[in-house]
Amino acid sequence: MEFLYALLIQPFAYMALDPLIFIETLIKGLMAGVLYSLVALGFVLIFKASGVFNFAQGTFALFAALTLTGLMERLDFGMPQWLLVIICMALTVGVMIVLAIVVERFVLRPLVNQELIILFMATLGLSYVLEGVGDLTWGSDVKVLDIGLPTGVFDINGVFIEQLDLVAAISAGTMVAVLAVFFNKTRIGRALRAVADDHQAALSVGISLQQIWVIVWSVAGIVALVAGIMWGSKSGVQFSLSLIALKALPVLILGGFTSIPGAIVGGLIIGVGEKLAEVFWYDVHGGAVENWFAYMLALVFLMFRPQGLFGDKIIERV
Amino acid sequence: MAPDDMQTAGSVHRRLFDEAILKIENVELGFGGVKAINDVSFDVNKGEIRAIIGPNGAGKSSMLNVINGFYKPQAGWITFNGQRMQSMEPHFAASSGIARTFQNIALFRGMSTLDNLMTGRLLKMKTNFFAQCFYFGAAKREELENRAFVENIIDFLEIQAIRRIPVGRLPYGLQKRVELGRALAMEPKILLLDEPMAGMNVEEKQDMSRFILDVNEEFGTTIVLIEHDMGVVMDISDRVVVLDYGSKIADGTPDDVRSDQRVIDAYLGATHD
Repeated sequence: MEFLYALLIQPFAYMALDPLIFIETLIKGLMAGVLYSLVALGFVLIFKASGVFNFAQGTFALFAALTLTGLMERLDFGMPQWLLVIICMALTVGVMIVLAIVVERFVLRPLVNQELIILFMATLGLSYVLEGVGDLTWGSDVKVLDIGLPTGVFDINGVFIEQLDLVAAISAGTMVAVLAVFFNKTRIGRALRAVADDHQAALSVGISLQQIWVIVWSVAGIVALVAGIMWGSKSGVQFSLSLIALKALPVLILGGFTSIPGAIVGGLIIGVGEKLAEVFWYDVHGGAVENWFAYMLALVFLMFRPQGLFGDKIIERV
Repeated sequence: MAPDDMQTAGSVHRRLFDEAILKIENVELGFGGVKAINDVSFDVNKGEIRAIIGPNGAGKSSMLNVINGFYKPQAGWITFNGQRMQSMEPHFAASSGIARTFQNIALFRGMSTLDNLMTGRLLKMKTNFFAQCFYFGAAKREELENRAFVENIIDFLEIQAIRRIPVGRLPYGLQKRVELGRALAMEPKILLLDEPMAGMNVEEKQDMSRFILDVNEEFGTTIVLIEHDMGVVMDISDRVVVLDYGSKIADGTPDDVRSDQRVIDAYLGATHD
């Protein structure tokens, strides 16, 4: 009885009694969710275009953030900070594009037409290589990433919102809007969707697979950079950054591997869910729920809706 | 009707073409130990309908794949539009005017009929993507022009009603028609059709034959088609190449081919005694 009470009634009583805390938790959850979405977005992009689950996406974020901080340390010759940030960002974007070209040339192209599991294993290897290269080039100590994002707290009638969270939400939102336009309105976007649908048909209308792969991996690299900046500014640039990739997995299961809106909504649900569960269902589990809540939710989804909220329905024709 | 007229009525499609647009010379293609194409040569004249026929596994689809660059032959030459090369590249083939359809329909199943056809216009669109993102000026004009072109094809193929439907949901016959539409959207000089009528009923076959003839007559598009329905092949094609076990065994007008002993043997099985 007591357990049921703690599970079903008490949390809602708390919410009703203290709506301010409820709203604050909700907003905190949404902000965290946006960051999950951002990482998941990188996965979806690559999965859509090449059918590969890119295990290295988290490492991409780490590598991008490492490159950015490293460059900012070494190029700091006393120029104004905004100029330094712009130069280093541009250079990092360049590095991510070169990385995409290298991946296409030395990982994807030799493995074309191989089983997907082989491509998956290749991205696993890629993530180790990138980690090593990142450590060798920029050192393995925890770095502080400061690109001048605001760090204060807004106080709106007693609800506290971290400014950094807000910036993260706005940039993720912008990113998503830009990608949506890119996918739906441009020639390259149409080509991307075509490649995602059928490689052979895409080739027959003159779309170059190699070019599309480079574009997709570049875009995924840039998304990883944004994710890396946001997480890095929050908790420092360190190895654990690459592990956020694991958090993106339940997001993808929730949202569907092929859906961009799915990645966003899935991220938000998981962000909000784990924050609410942590605060209001504390009596049920006794804390530390953030570590496993997402995975449990994913399991439930796998049981009842394996294609996710927005994913393509799995239909087998016989 | 005078006897003379009856003579010509039997061969309405005996039209004269003399300028080769595509020339295949001594092409060899093997996969490991298997020879899929063995020293095959033939040419396709500008404006004609050329059929490739043969029993299953004769190398017909492989031949189309060589022509549009999916397969790279080990020997031989391909001359397209006066340019002689040892193999094609799919992108080059598409941009120089070779469009095709597939034996097992290869459409973008998640996209609408309209979007599928628009992918055929990808190579014709040139404006940069910032302009496309914000949809102004040249980009807008370009999108509208291409859209108008595609709408013409939709009218031509009589598929107005399924414009917005994701093609994965369409019945088989219509999917085949959409695939033809996508190829036409590329404004091809030469159209490769791999069994455009496979699995269709009589009525659908008649529709498809009519579209193929119309495309050929109205746009002057050269057509290379693989087809198993002999009635259709004899009706619509100007010349026929017959392949068997990867080798060419006959080449000529439908009438010549029909009476060729080697062709009859290949189809019915020869008695060896």
